[in-house]
Amino acid sequence: MKGLAHPMPVTTTATTASEISSEREQVGAGANSSIISARNINVHYGEKPALVNVSVEIPRHQVTAMIGPSGCGKSTFLRCLNRMNDLIESCRVEGDIFLDGEDIHAPQVDVVTLRMRVGMVFQKPNPFPKSIYDNVAYGPRIHGMADSNSELDEIVLNSLERAGLLDEVRDRMHDSAMGLSGGQQQRLCIARAIAIAPEVILMDEPCSSLDPIASARVEDLIDELRQKYSIIVVTHSMQQAARISQKTAFFHLGELVEEGETERIFTAPKDTRTHAYITGRIG
Amino acid sequence: MNNAVLSQRMQTQLRRRHAAEKRFRWYGAAALCFALAFLFVLLATIIFNGAGVFIHKRMLFEVAVSEHHGDRYGAMIKDSWKAQFPEVTNRRQRRELYGLISRDAEFLLREHLAGVSVPDNGIVVLSVPFSGDAGEFLETDPEKRDAFSERLSPEQRGWLERIEASGQVETVFNKDFFLNADSREPEIAGILGALIGSMLTMCVTFLFSFPIGVMAAIYLEEFAAKGRLFRFIEVNINNLAAVPSIVFGLLGLAVFIGLFGVPRSTPLVGGLVLGLMTLPTMIIATRAALQAVPSSLRYAALALGATPTQALLHQGLPAAMPGIFTGAIIGMAQALGETAPLLMIGMVAFVADIPDGFTSASTALPVQVFLWADSPERGFVEKTSAAILVLLAFLAVMNSAAIYLRRKFEIKW
Repeated sequence: MKGLAHPMPVTTTATTASEISSEREQVGAGANSSIISARNINVHYGEKPALVNVSVEIPRHQVTAMIGPSGCGKSTFLRCLNRMNDLIESCRVEGDIFLDGEDIHAPQVDVVTLRMRVGMVFQKPNPFPKSIYDNVAYGPRIHGMADSNSELDEIVLNSLERAGLLDEVRDRMHDSAMGLSGGQQQRLCIARAIAIAPEVILMDEPCSSLDPIASARVEDLIDELRQKYSIIVVTHSMQQAARISQKTAFFHLGELVEEGETERIFTAPKDTRTHAYITGRIG
Repeated sequence: MNNAVLSQRMQTQLRRRHAAEKRFRWYGAAALCFALAFLFVLLATIIFNGAGVFIHKRMLFEVAVSEHHGDRYGAMIKDSWKAQFPEVTNRRQRRELYGLISRDAEFLLREHLAGVSVPDNGIVVLSVPFSGDAGEFLETDPEKRDAFSERLSPEQRGWLERIEASGQVETVFNKDFFLNADSREPEIAGILGALIGSMLTMCVTFLFSFPIGVMAAIYLEEFAAKGRLFRFIEVNINNLAAVPSIVFGLLGLAVFIGLFGVPRSTPLVGGLVLGLMTLPTMIIATRAALQAVPSSLRYAALALGATPTQALLHQGLPAAMPGIFTGAIIGMAQALGETAPLLMIGMVAFVADIPDGFTSASTALPVQVFLWADSPERGFVEKTSAAILVLLAFLAVMNSAAIYLRRKFEIKW
């Protein structure tokens, strides 16, 4: 795996020797169970703080749900993980994020490589205005993942198969992706994301523009995908979070209020705000 | 039903709202009709004035080719012409008689003789144009010919009518107009020189302004830091689009001709000047087209690990292409119709040759219109309208090409 050979990063927040060593311990431990660990993340849009001191561990091969009311910073946090926030000019990210023990903000980390390892699915299905095949093949093509056309075919078919779309599109691979239904488009976007074999898939409210039946299919898909990938889902729907995730993190006003096993969060929240949110009193 | 739900006042108000709605639509329709009426009148006038050019009268003329004239083709023409009118004896009459056929006749004869061998009897049949006034006289309805009393003497009119009665006058499509360059003689002046000049100029304009405009817009839109300098440049580009075009002519004169020594009066320098003029339009249109591409498309590519340039070239730019072409159409159409800057760089010169390259002296369609409109000879009046028609046709062809390209690149969302 690329990038693992890099030396352990020394974080900016760690100042004393003991802190550094404890940092290493945590990162070392995280390498087993968590794929991503975020430490003291602060994000500002201009002067406005969007995330305050968020630290969270993302477990490997599980679905982690981020819930919280609109504007709580859950999507902002998601975009930190593949550095999509770099694209927003006024956005400033502080703190450390480790992917498999490697600091993603380190100067030697290429953001292109990072985004190969951390894929993303957006809120609104955004297929390219090209054929279904070309949509899925785009990533492998730009990264030069396939040596031959048949190899590329295999990647495309595999990805569509895993996204549960293959049977529906098998005989119209070269038709425009714009002709697919909303739910099919979203599954195409998932196929496109897994075609470059990422380790983590970020999903920013993947079902919010889909009807309930399409949503259910995508939810089933997410559950299957966790066998191979670690998945982080931002969602507005608490029911969805409860159905598909193993771990849940609750954000409120830019703070990570509470995180833990999904079942525990929904049955025995420790924080009163979590309790208020999951019972529908805030949000 | 209204009575049951709405109060008296609400009903009155509702009626007023509907009336206002109707009125507003009428205003729009009236404005449209007004604009269309003007357009129609304009086009009708031009077509009415210019249509005469496309069909003209020529004379089937038997020329006696004689040895003793050698290569004095003018003398052959004059002798053969005079032979048809035995009553012409004095000098004044001869001059008036010669004035009826185009001075181009001797060149036509020379060209004709270069191609064929002279038959034994020494007679070649040549189709020659009449001179401007004579041609117009013949094209006019016989009852309305009194209007020519000042331009043609009674004798001249008599001769022309005799020629007409003898069946030597033919009515043919005026291909000379499309195959000749400009001339001092209205009957042989053609549009081809200006048309080719305009085409070459447009080529230079496009090749100069399209790549530079698109690259500048891409840089501004995608890569430039949006700071103070950016806003300064942005404001200046917008202002540049509104600068009077003659200023660009002055700039071209100083920079391209004065500084770089580009030959004046050429399509090259004309194209560069018009390209400069088109640049702001091109940049503004391209930026607008890039902004109109949904950012989700670019994000999708970036999230897959595409570099910003790849995201732009693979997704953003293709999606923006139709808009960019629309901007290019507007800019090029503007450039095609521009006269003022070309005057400054010498494209207003009288050019009797068809330009054969980017650096040969040439004029352009709008300048040709300007030149002919300025000419005192009556024959140029209808030529002016005809040249405008050719200009409009060129514009139509250019625009349809651009629309075709736009359709081709259009994405079905």
